[in-house]
Amino acid sequence: MPKHVLLIEDEPNIIEAISFILSRDGWTVNTHSNGTTAVDTVHARRPDVLILDVMLPGKSGYDILRELREHPETEGLPVLMLTARGQTKDREMAERAGVNAFMAKPFSNSEMLEMVRSLSTP
Amino acid sequence: MTTLNTLVAVCLGYVLFLFVVAFMAERSALRGNGRWLRSPLVYTLSLSIYCTAWTFYGAVGSAARTGFEYLTIYLGPSLVMIGWWWVLRKLVRIGRTQRITSVADLISSRYGKSNLLAIGVTILAVVGTTPYIALQLQSVTLSFQVFGTPAPAADALHDYTALWVAVGLAVFTVIFGTRNLDANERHHGVVMAIAVEAVVKLTALLAVGVFVVWGLSGGLSETLARIDASPLGHWQMEGGRWAGITLLSAAAFLCLPRMFQVLVVESDDETHLRTASWAFPLYLMLMSLFVVPIAVVGLDLMPAGSNPDLFVLTVPLSQGQEGLALLSFLGGFSSATSMVIVAAIALSTMVSNHIVMPIWLRFTGGGASVSGDVRHVVLVSRRLSIAGVVGLGYVYYAVSGGGTALATIGLVSFAGLAQVLPAMLGGIFWRGATRVGAFAGLTAGFGIWLYTLFLPSFGSGMILPDALMQNGLFGLGWLRPYALFGIEGMDPVLHTLFWSMAFNLGAFFLASLVSFPSPLERLQGAQFVNIFQHSGAASSWSGGVVQSEDLMIMAQRILGAREAQALFAREAERQGHPGALPETSPDFLEALERELAGSVGAATAHAMVGQIVGGMSVSVEDLMAVADETAQMMEYSSRLEAQSAELSRTARQLREANAKLTRLSVQKDAFLSQISHELRTPMTSIRAFSEILRDGSALGPEDQAKYATIIQDEAIRLTRLLDDLLDLSVLENGQVSLNLRQGLLCDVLDRAEAAALAYTDGPRLQINRDRKAETLVLNTDLDRLSQVFINLISNADKYCDAAQPELDIRVVQTAESLVIDFIDNGSGVSVEARDVIFEKFARVSDGQAGGAGLGLAISRQIVTRLGGAITYLTGQKGAAFRVIVPQGMALAAQ
Repeated sequence: MPKHVLLIEDEPNIIEAISFILSRDGWTVNTHSNGTTAVDTVHARRPDVLILDVMLPGKSGYDILRELREHPETEGLPVLMLTARGQTKDREMAERAGVNAFMAKPFSNSEMLEMVRSLSTP
Repeated sequence: MTTLNTLVAVCLGYVLFLFVVAFMAERSALRGNGRWLRSPLVYTLSLSIYCTAWTFYGAVGSAARTGFEYLTIYLGPSLVMIGWWWVLRKLVRIGRTQRITSVADLISSRYGKSNLLAIGVTILAVVGTTPYIALQLQSVTLSFQVFGTPAPAADALHDYTALWVAVGLAVFTVIFGTRNLDANERHHGVVMAIAVEAVVKLTALLAVGVFVVWGLSGGLSETLARIDASPLGHWQMEGGRWAGITLLSAAAFLCLPRMFQVLVVESDDETHLRTASWAFPLYLMLMSLFVVPIAVVGLDLMPAGSNPDLFVLTVPLSQGQEGLALLSFLGGFSSATSMVIVAAIALSTMVSNHIVMPIWLRFTGGGASVSGDVRHVVLVSRRLSIAGVVGLGYVYYAVSGGGTALATIGLVSFAGLAQVLPAMLGGIFWRGATRVGAFAGLTAGFGIWLYTLFLPSFGSGMILPDALMQNGLFGLGWLRPYALFGIEGMDPVLHTLFWSMAFNLGAFFLASLVSFPSPLERLQGAQFVNIFQHSGAASSWSGGVVQSEDLMIMAQRILGAREAQALFAREAERQGHPGALPETSPDFLEALERELAGSVGAATAHAMVGQIVGGMSVSVEDLMAVADETAQMMEYSSRLEAQSAELSRTARQLREANAKLTRLSVQKDAFLSQISHELRTPMTSIRAFSEILRDGSALGPEDQAKYATIIQDEAIRLTRLLDDLLDLSVLENGQVSLNLRQGLLCDVLDRAEAAALAYTDGPRLQINRDRKAETLVLNTDLDRLSQVFINLISNADKYCDAAQPELDIRVVQTAESLVIDFIDNGSGVSVEARDVIFEKFARVSDGQAGGAGLGLAISRQIVTRLGGAITYLTGQKGAAFRVIVPQGMALAAQ
């Protein structure tokens, strides 16, 4: 059974690129581009891995992650956070929010894929 | 026949007696039980030093020569005592409250503590008094000669009589005049001795008078008949001279240094003036009572050519009344010695205070603190001054040879010292009197006196050459000393009095009116003129024990009980009576003042001690010094306050600067983070798709083309972002240079429309314009203005969410400016977003439109540089922006 990835990202071109890379590797990819409704979407979709952008319209990736971690169903959900603001400070904030993996944009396709794969195998 | 030896013995005995009197008086004063020393009677008698040997011997001589004129000499002071007692009261009050030590000190204090004035008055006093002292020495010598002529062995002695007398007087004066530096400059011993001498000379004169009237003339009526028969009876009063000399003697009574000394400086209690105002004229009357009878009888009895000045001695002698003659001699001796002693004290105070001490202080560079060292110097300088003054008198006597009639010297001296009168009276009654005025008046009066009376008084040819006396200075007739300005035939004394007073008063008033007093002068002037408002009734010295207790109380308050008690005990032990309170000796007061000064400052300490000791009110000088100290302290504390305020201001500025830096740093971080995001986002797409294309074996040609296009678009977006960033940076730094050109507004809008819609797929946005209104000539940077228009049009194109997007561009020309509105038919910008849309990266819409959010920020920068403004226009349906360009840049098209 193919593994399920949910991608929350607002840049259309980046959505297209990540979707292409993961689909090609056999993943089922769902996308969502609004921060405000992201948490609901996660609960509805129940993905195996969540890929989360930081700067989203409506609500930041950190806030979304914190909300997910407070919820028992999603507190163990593997989350890969992508951010265009690649400063140390951002990484620390992500870690405090309870992230599993963190990658700065732009990323290498293969590394990103490896990261998603490793997150999906407990 | 009384031999010279007995005479010398009598003299020495008399002097010894005076020593004892003075010594006893000093002792009782020191013990504080000498209340009788300060009686009005002693004060009145001490005033009798006005009656010198000149009046004792000279009055008879004067009567013999010029009849009743001698009365004027008594009349002047009597008038002052009776009619001008209020002037005297004011002088005494000022003298006490201001602690005046001499005439020079009075004038100097009044006119702003001018030492120059003090020196001037001192010189005037010395010059004016020296002949007078010489006169006393001469009278003593003459009186010796009266007794001593037959003894040739005495020649050697009487040649030196004047010298011995001078030395003796100097020694007496030094001993009793400079025993201590009493703060009040009072000399109880001397005053007592003078009072005794006053009694002696009155008794002597009265005795001779009684002898002459009842012993020689045989009664009162016979005497009167004799007077009628003598030439004196036919004497005619010369009105001018009479009035002039009366005025002169009145002036001298106030101005003579020795009179000032006894009247003001030695005064213990101003209420004594009340008694003196009737008692002293009475004394003078008694002194003058028998002058005419003695003169008349003398003229009758004595051989022609005998000196009438000596009738008081020679008449009793010729009648074999040696005892009476001896008494008379002692009377004359008393008159002479008392005058010399007091004059020497008064002059030495002036010379020492105003000439010697300033010079000494200047050379030693010492401060004005009265340390023991300085006290010693003051005493030495006083003593030397006394010796100097008496010595000067002797030298004058020796040089002048004693040839001139006594009365003339006296009047010369009077006229000189009278020059002080305008400055003195003006100073205590007229606030407008100034230092310059006083100096001008004194100089003018003194100069004229010197030239017309003093120098000629040495005799023609002595100092002023004969030619000058005859023809005037430089051969100018109107400058002849005895006929100044062509006024001839006047009595020399009156002539001098008239001219010197005229110039003195004139210069004094004129210079006072045209000059401005210094602040200190103004203050002192007010203090002197309004002395009765400023000081309570001056009280006399209170007992020593009471003072000590008061001092103790004060010292305890300031120093603390233990320290004060220790100090007092130490001082009492030093004074030789441990266990008791120390006496208020100058040494003790000084020590106390020093101790207090450490706590409250020198001036305050001085004022406090002064207030208790002698009960004197605080002088202006003290108050000013206290004020100075207070001012210094206040200045110091306000300086501290200012410094502390400065510090806290600096601290606040630093805090503000720090907060601003922090804010700026946060803003910079946010901006960099923003830029990083804006740059990384397109780069992410580019990298991802380029990697996909690189290993893209499974990609179809359409996908390949599609991904290549994405890469291209993102690259363009990246480029545009960098362009915008650089543009904004340049605009914000103000480094942009405007390229002003003329052009039509419609052309600019055309270009902008074309450029804004170039990359969109087909003309989706419809733009409504009014080309007629747009036909305006602009004089501005057309490219920059176009950039703003492009941004606004493309924003409408990107963000207008209407089904049929439309943009209205409306142009309105007002008096001051050109207004261009861009209004679309979308849903507009939310109210909260309107405040931030002009900020950098303020992209508020959810949709992806490719912009980095710098467009409006750049537009605002541009319009601001062009001198206009861009605002969000409220009250419209869709998004509405208003661009305002100053009218100076828009011209109506031709």
